[in-house]
Amino acid sequence: MDALARLPVALFRRIDADPRHWQIIALFGLFFFSYTTSSFGADPRALAFSFSGAVLAQTIGTAILSLRAGKALLDGFEWKSAMITTIGVTVLLRAADPWIWFAATFTGISMKFLIRVNHKHVFNPGCIGIVSMMLLLGRDAWVSPGQWGQMPLIAGYALALAALTLSSAKRLDIALGFLGTFAAILFARAAWLGDPMAIPLHQLSSGSLLIFAFFMITDPRSTPDSRLGRLLFAVSVASLAAWFIIGPNQRGAPLMALAALAVLTPLIDRLMPARRFEWPRGAPPADPGLRQPAITPVWMNPWGTKETRSHET
Amino acid sequence: MKLKHLFAGLALPLAGLAFAAPASAFCGFYVAKADTDLFNDASKVVLARDGERTVITMASDFRGDVSEFAMVVPVVDIPQREQINVANPALVDHLDAYTAPRLVEYYDEDPCEAERRYEQMREMADMAAPPMAGAMEEADDFGVTIEAEYEVGEYDILILSAEESDGLITWLNRNGYRIPDGAEEIVSAYLKRGMKFFVAKVSLERHDGSAMLRPIQVAYEDEDFMLPIRLGTVNAEGKQELFVFALTREGRVETSNYRTVKLPSDMDVPIYVKDEFADFYKAMFSHQVEKESGKAVFMEYAWDMAWCDPCAAEPLSQSELRELGVMWLEEVSDSPTPRGGFGPAPVDVFVTRLHLRYDAKTFPEDLTFEITGDRENYQGRYVLRHPWRGDYTSCKAAGDYANTLVKRWDEEAISLARLTGWDVNKIRGKMAEGGFSASALKGVEIETPSPQKSWWERLWGNG
Repeated sequence: MDALARLPVALFRRIDADPRHWQIIALFGLFFFSYTTSSFGADPRALAFSFSGAVLAQTIGTAILSLRAGKALLDGFEWKSAMITTIGVTVLLRAADPWIWFAATFTGISMKFLIRVNHKHVFNPGCIGIVSMMLLLGRDAWVSPGQWGQMPLIAGYALALAALTLSSAKRLDIALGFLGTFAAILFARAAWLGDPMAIPLHQLSSGSLLIFAFFMITDPRSTPDSRLGRLLFAVSVASLAAWFIIGPNQRGAPLMALAALAVLTPLIDRLMPARRFEWPRGAPPADPGLRQPAITPVWMNPWGTKETRSHET
Repeated sequence: MKLKHLFAGLALPLAGLAFAAPASAFCGFYVAKADTDLFNDASKVVLARDGERTVITMASDFRGDVSEFAMVVPVVDIPQREQINVANPALVDHLDAYTAPRLVEYYDEDPCEAERRYEQMREMADMAAPPMAGAMEEADDFGVTIEAEYEVGEYDILILSAEESDGLITWLNRNGYRIPDGAEEIVSAYLKRGMKFFVAKVSLERHDGSAMLRPIQVAYEDEDFMLPIRLGTVNAEGKQELFVFALTREGRVETSNYRTVKLPSDMDVPIYVKDEFADFYKAMFSHQVEKESGKAVFMEYAWDMAWCDPCAAEPLSQSELRELGVMWLEEVSDSPTPRGGFGPAPVDVFVTRLHLRYDAKTFPEDLTFEITGDRENYQGRYVLRHPWRGDYTSCKAAGDYANTLVKRWDEEAISLARLTGWDVNKIRGKMAEGGFSASALKGVEIETPSPQKSWWERLWGNG
């Protein structure tokens, strides 16, 4: 009886042990939403192709690193990160042929292993995977920003789940920095043009913008380590993305902006060094008695930093 | 069930669709000099796009005194005379007909005959048949600059730039373009973005007196693939109806700032829909718009222009496509492809037909488009299935068939009700009048399905 009552608490704790668990759940929810509500939504076939590409690249990358370090072949295989890239790409990328999804995740994760500065990858794997396909293949790879509709429902849904995710991955600053700057630019422009506020509101209620803000630019592994650095980064990406939309109507504006400015991260990290974020490793604490059940203080403090196990930089 | 004949259904003339949309429309608007009732039922825009090269063809169902016709469209650049053309209205009509939602008819065959043949086939083992498929005051005083002045066909065209929207609007109003109230802000926003105004009126000297005005075409280059629709929303008298026909090399076109939704398709509908297809299409479109809270763009057709199945109209010829602005075809037409066999000549053109009903509330922003690499064909297609009529007692198969008919008719009624929002009982009544109900099937004992009963009633039998 007692054990049964503790089950949900135990389950919550198990999920909460790693912010990526929340991300995976939220992204799966978005996948399902897109699949069921859109004429041109995410499809399960794409999921299979993305997954294959991600796992293959992650396996090769991990094996090479392990061989070099003299560890067991698949030591430190990060299936969770591969999974996030998989679903992120599936949800955002549309393609004329299924192999493109495979190529996108494969490219994205390969770049995570290949392009590193100071042991930290430069590009968000999902973002760079999608952007490379769009640049290489032209119209055969595209993002459908309009397909999420302008539903407050999805906005709220993404916000709620994302807040949960980020509270533990402590990257709400970058999401809010991005959205705040982006919104400020659009509102200022509308005010200058004399446009009704319905226009910037319409532009901001795009579902794909929220997905980008909460699931991509917030990746703690490819964004600056210091808070000021992250805010600077968020403001730059938002400004470039807004310019892309106002100016040349660039396809996949926020993604393109993030990919283009990813090189700023190592620079910012050099100028403003701070403790590096690491994903939690291993299982949650073995003895449940040692931890307070359910909500931990970190939860209440989304601006806090939850460096689970800091590795020296 | 055998495909007896494909009915290339209703090359639906949009003019025939009296959507209750009052005067003015477009990416610009049509304005009347006098307060006469002008009806612009629907605007049709053809966009042929390759890279940054774009040809826009703008057609409307303008009916009325041509002296009262005026068109105002924001443009990104000052076009040269050679960049402007007038097109044969038949081109747009042809494209419209080719892409229109269609009805398809099938005729059921004698079930006894089918039974006999089935027996024969079994005896003859695997003999599988292939499946069947289917002028002017001083402009300077108002801060308005006439950047260019052209005479094209029956039109007098001006390209205007201005410092202030007030000046431009006053000037336009004094020169016979009646601009509705509330346009200032929108005009001002376009001016601040550096856009010019393309304004056209009909020259009475050059007009041949025909009631039909020809579509205006403009060829331009711009990195932005968009369509300005905001001026069309100024007129508060209801929603505007717009059809966009996008022609690309790559594939389907969707709106990148609004949701694009496929119109429901491939449904079996009652036979009587044939006689009221226009009503059906209007009701269905309205109902679907409502379901999406008015905020979606509907895709009605997306197809490789080399062929069609079934064809609501013949595919457009290469020369027709070129006239509509498909500029990349001339580059390939010099190299004749060696061909053998059947079918039309392959053309490297993919058409997407988008349909939207908009106002300032549901579509606050201009439309921006995304060209995708998706070449999956899609069409708005509704199926009529004619039942076999005969002696349903002649063989067992006939009796069984009669039973399937009743079930099928009920499903048709429900699907029509779902598509259009019409009352399902009224649909059933109409079907019964036409002999599409159980009572019309004499001589057979129909196991009456009880669709009126809810599942719990059926579960406990207490209904």
